[in-house]
Amino acid sequence: MSAPAIQISSISRRFGETNAVDNLTLEVQSGEIFGFLGHNGAGKTTTVRLLNGVLEPTSGSARVFGLDPQAEGPALRARTGVLTETPSLDERLTARDNLSFYADLYNVPRADVPGRVNSLLTEFELVDRADEKVGGYSKGMKQRLALARALLHKPVVLFLDEPTAALDPVAARHVHALVENLARREGCTVFLCTHNLVEAQKLCDRVAVMEHGRLVALGTPSDLTRQYVKRLDVDLEVDPVQMDLALQTLQELPQLVISTPKREKELLTMTLSGRESIPELLSILVQKGLRVYRLAPQEANLEEVYFALNGGVG
Amino acid sequence: MNTRAIVAIARKDLKVALQNKGVVLPIIILPLILFVIFPWIMAYAPSWADASGTSFSNMDQILERMPSGLLNELSGYTPDQQMTVFALVYMLAPMFLIMPLMVSSVLAADSFAGEKERKTLEALLYTPTTDRELFTAKLLGAWAAAVAVALFSFLVYAVMVNAAGWHSIGHIFFPNWMWVALVFWVTPAVAGLGLVVMVFVSVRAQGFQDAYQTGGLVVLPVLLLMVGQISGVMYFSLGVVVFVGLVIWLIDAVLLWFASKSFRRGELMTKF
Repeated sequence: MSAPAIQISSISRRFGETNAVDNLTLEVQSGEIFGFLGHNGAGKTTTVRLLNGVLEPTSGSARVFGLDPQAEGPALRARTGVLTETPSLDERLTARDNLSFYADLYNVPRADVPGRVNSLLTEFELVDRADEKVGGYSKGMKQRLALARALLHKPVVLFLDEPTAALDPVAARHVHALVENLARREGCTVFLCTHNLVEAQKLCDRVAVMEHGRLVALGTPSDLTRQYVKRLDVDLEVDPVQMDLALQTLQELPQLVISTPKREKELLTMTLSGRESIPELLSILVQKGLRVYRLAPQEANLEEVYFALNGGVG
Repeated sequence: MNTRAIVAIARKDLKVALQNKGVVLPIIILPLILFVIFPWIMAYAPSWADASGTSFSNMDQILERMPSGLLNELSGYTPDQQMTVFALVYMLAPMFLIMPLMVSSVLAADSFAGEKERKTLEALLYTPTTDRELFTAKLLGAWAAAVAVALFSFLVYAVMVNAAGWHSIGHIFFPNWMWVALVFWVTPAVAGLGLVVMVFVSVRAQGFQDAYQTGGLVVLPVLLLMVGQISGVMYFSLGVVVFVGLVIWLIDAVLLWFASKSFRRGELMTKF
């Protein structure tokens, strides 16, 4: 197995009395899309800054592709791309000037700059307004331009801080496709800070949940849902003539069925105490002579995990 | 040092700054008044005074208070010519220093505090530039522009002074060696002083205007030099100019050392 792209060992960062990041340890594998979830102030942006050598840790250490962010910051930042929380663009410059300027800073070969800039402007559908000042752009256009800037030098690790926050659904889908493409086809490691739990569920191989600077959960979305969301919503389809019998049977199983079953057209919906209840429930229904056509669990999502971790709902 | 990155940042800073009216207007208006209009007023003031019968005794009194060194330098001229030469060559010399000071301050305010106001610094900090390259680039753009504007102003002033004084002097009398030292020795130092002061001010300023107003206090020493000369305490001789330049270069070196120590990414990220 290759070395992790990102290794964080007991890293902490304090601002006065506040622990922005508190003893964080985790690893991100090369080519992985890693979700970094948490409220505002949970320590996500500070972690990105620490990993890029932009902030010094109070204690602990990190490595990004084997490079120490503090000692080898410039070499490390040449290999990372960062989409900051605010687009951080020069609004008095045009989109083309903004990208060309950063191409110089990232040392993109001079001969490649015009082509690379044009190709990104085209990819992000900004080419028609490339020579307008960015101050006149919409929020979504600025976000797309900032994302294009993060990709200028073809980074091997991409840090994205709320990449779809200002985007409409079509543009957001485009960004999702781009992120998946970068990771799956080009092997780019993506460190995705997001509040958007649907986005994290859809894109991420693994996620970490942060709270007040501390790591409170780490795993694949399905591992986390299994671990933190015990109850399970299911749809049950039986022979329509047996609906009443099915309802009566379910109401007699409070240890398995923890909500009142509801009839919705040809389906019965209910909440089970957990996925372990499924085999037993199925067995009882069959013993009662019910013809079960379908028993479909509704997979819990990261949103439920998130609320389970941050408020006991779930 | 990554010169490509340094040049790119310096060039970008200037490009961005020159689109700010708050930056451009003083850079145009001040030299226009000081180096184009003022020479003509000062050159013709004695003849206007004579024509209207007004006494020009105030200038006479100022000249009487001047140190003997200056009076010796003016001794080859007639009384009217002395006033013209004194006004155009000596009186304006300290005012000339306001030019590089103001240009470097205003550009540095836009580069540091303006960047903070526009929230554009963060993306810059994520680039592979080192802290030293970033610091050099930020200073270099404003410093080079301030020196260039001052040199251009000097050329314009040289033409204006000789043209305006021609009717009285009758030959090219500007610049003298003192002005050469002022432009090529003191001006770069003064431009550096405006910059480093603005680096410190920008850390606490909320934005461009705030920084520019607070940093404007840096012109006070120049005003003191002006007052010192008009009151006859000293005059801008070659020796004084060389000495003043040396002192400013030393102050620059000390301030620059402190500024470079505090110019670290982590500090910028938390303070900017």
